[in-house]
Amino acid sequence: MIRFLLLILMLATPSLAVEPDEILADPVLEERARDLSKGLRCLVCRNENIDDSNAELARDLRLLVRERLVAGDTDQEAEDYIVERYGEYVLLKPVFSLSNAMLWFAGPALLLVGGWISAVFIRRRSKAETSSDGLSDEEQDKLDALLKD
Amino acid sequence: MTAELGHYALIVAFAISIAQSIVPLIGAQRGWADWMRFATPAAIAQFALVGFSFVMLTVAFVTSDFSVRLVAANSHSAKPMLYKVTGVWANHEGSMLLWIAILTLFGATIAVWGGNLPPSLKARVLAVQSMIGAAFLAFILFTSNPFLRLVQPPADGNGLNPLLQDPGLAFHPPFLYLGYVGLSMAFSFAVAALIEGKVDAAWARWVRPWTLAAWVFLTIGIGLGSWWAYYELGWGGWWFWDPVENASFMPWLMATALLHSAIVVEKRNALKSWTVLLAILAFSFSLIGTFIVRSGVITSVHAFANDPERGVFILAILAVAIGGALTLYAMRAAQLRSTAVFGLVSRESGLVVNNLLLSVSAAVVFVGTIWPLIAEIFTGAKVSVGAPFFDIAFTPFMVVLAMILPVAAMLPWKRSNIKRTMQPLWGIVALSVALGALVWSLQTGGRMLAPVGVTLAVWVVLGALADVATRVKLGKAAFGESLRRAGNLPRADWGKMFAHMGFGLMIFGISAITAWEVEDIRTAEFGETFTLQAYDIRFDGVEGIEGPNYTAVRGEFTLFKDGKEIATLHPEKRNYPVQSMPTTEAAIDQNILRDVYVVLGDRQSDGSWAVRSYVKPFTSWIWIGVLVLSFGGVLSITDRRYRVAAAVRRAPVGAVAAE
Repeated sequence: MIRFLLLILMLATPSLAVEPDEILADPVLEERARDLSKGLRCLVCRNENIDDSNAELARDLRLLVRERLVAGDTDQEAEDYIVERYGEYVLLKPVFSLSNAMLWFAGPALLLVGGWISAVFIRRRSKAETSSDGLSDEEQDKLDALLKD
Repeated sequence: MTAELGHYALIVAFAISIAQSIVPLIGAQRGWADWMRFATPAAIAQFALVGFSFVMLTVAFVTSDFSVRLVAANSHSAKPMLYKVTGVWANHEGSMLLWIAILTLFGATIAVWGGNLPPSLKARVLAVQSMIGAAFLAFILFTSNPFLRLVQPPADGNGLNPLLQDPGLAFHPPFLYLGYVGLSMAFSFAVAALIEGKVDAAWARWVRPWTLAAWVFLTIGIGLGSWWAYYELGWGGWWFWDPVENASFMPWLMATALLHSAIVVEKRNALKSWTVLLAILAFSFSLIGTFIVRSGVITSVHAFANDPERGVFILAILAVAIGGALTLYAMRAAQLRSTAVFGLVSRESGLVVNNLLLSVSAAVVFVGTIWPLIAEIFTGAKVSVGAPFFDIAFTPFMVVLAMILPVAAMLPWKRSNIKRTMQPLWGIVALSVALGALVWSLQTGGRMLAPVGVTLAVWVVLGALADVATRVKLGKAAFGESLRRAGNLPRADWGKMFAHMGFGLMIFGISAITAWEVEDIRTAEFGETFTLQAYDIRFDGVEGIEGPNYTAVRGEFTLFKDGKEIATLHPEKRNYPVQSMPTTEAAIDQNILRDVYVVLGDRQSDGSWAVRSYVKPFTSWIWIGVLVLSFGGVLSITDRRYRVAAAVRRAPVGAVAAE
């Protein structure tokens, strides 16, 4: 009996993200909805998008996205609509704005600075070849041989 | 008694660790041999005590001693034995104890097998290692004591999160910790070298195997976690750019950079101060990772503010360790200038670019991971940084890395001629571009992900093979001669080949699953057959089954291809009554070309069932890539030069063999 009750209990728990009844009849719209969903955060989950999440709230948001698309919104309009209601927090890809400049430019900036330092370093190493300080290749080879084993 | 004994052992270990942090350092500074020698028995005693303490906690879990608070909160008498044992580290306190047990294990390894190290270096390494140990022992004893008793023990425990009751995840934390903590060795060696003011090839020869070992463990640990997510979370995702994943990925990227730069120190006596800095940074990222996971700061700033004790403690450890090491570095780095010279086009330059790409990509992951925190602190804005950001900001680095890898890996040391190096590679360039173009035409345009991925994967894999083929003069010399050369090739070179190939295989697997996955979501009735790509799937029915500590609904599906039955699949929806928590167990029919992945959903009101099914092409190549990558690392560790260096100088001491 207990087992039976547990079974019933279990059937009531959601276990899929996108449920069959949510899917739009128009495959093009559905495809767009799926793509949009992958960029929207399930607000009550940890770092999960609404397309993957099985939380109730994620389902509501998925339905909302589809509602907007069916109403004729473009992807951008649908996204703006959601952001307006839930805040920037809902976007898994932060907007490209001044306040997020450091986030977006960290990689390129570090690459430039690091690349510049590396270039200077490599050039100095290769120039040192002709200067007299440091070991000649032959000396270096001997040293290497000595250090080996 | 067991809990009290374990607690007592920890306190004694803490006392020893403080002595071991101070006495050998003074000894090394003053040249007092007996003070230096103190480090050896102390490190062994620390390991014995912490190991004993860990065993005591394990005994409490295995015997379901619910008078211990931690056991009551995380275990249950009906749990299978395997998960009683793994439950020891599936919680905060126990996992920190495992962390320290591994730390002291590594310290003891140096104490026992470090006979060939200069005595002052050995003393300093063990002292630094012991400082880390002391800090974390204090953390455990003052904020996370696993041995607390309950006045009124419950009749049974709360059980373990069902998601964690899985072989993939059971061994995920120990591997990650072996990796994180393995990097502490590189850190201790780096700090000791800064105190000594000397870094040489012998130093690198000690650091590299440790880094390699840590890297292999991290690779396997991350791979296990990813594999677990793939089959357990129910939709076949394998990487989510979750802060907790990033916490393990950043040290991995830094360790990868470190094990490459250590080669330059070892072979060419160059890049010394950079390598020391990398060693410090790699372990710093391990500490930051521990902080992120353990403090809960990333999940929610508020969770951190509500229970700040642990977070602040780890933050203090972080500040002292990273700040102290970097200050020491700033003071001493100038002494580590190297004299080696190399040309603009050389293996050295290639490795510098490798290090640049890897460390900047680690920085991108770092900034992305902590950005929500920074934004909230400085502007009050709540933002999320998820997969779409990392896909754009991180991937380009890996693309460039894959592009230069085969060339840089074949450049000779010192000075080289790019034309000569490229000679055996032009054919591979042509072949990989052609295959990429073929893929592009087959998928009739569309996203560039798959064509680029295939091109890079072929380029990296064949490039790695070409490297070895060139070294053994395959096709240039007689076959017997090539065979002889292959036999003489150091294991590290084979390791390099496998590791680079593994990277290429992973690129292929990742591109394929991302670009070519096919998904189907529907409701199905018993006996119904539906089509998924080239397959027909028949839904045969469901039954209730009972596991050791769960009940489940199990579906039966038959998989057909061209009308022929090829597999029966049993996806489950499980319920763990102790936690009343449902989990999904996907059924996967796996082969080298594709995975067919079926998940059973809910029963609908009309009696049909929700079913989700996927064809995920070439998914196994990701895990095969991880295995090949790790295998490469293992081959490199067993290279003769590390064994010989260890054996020759040990012989006079008469210690036991290392292997």
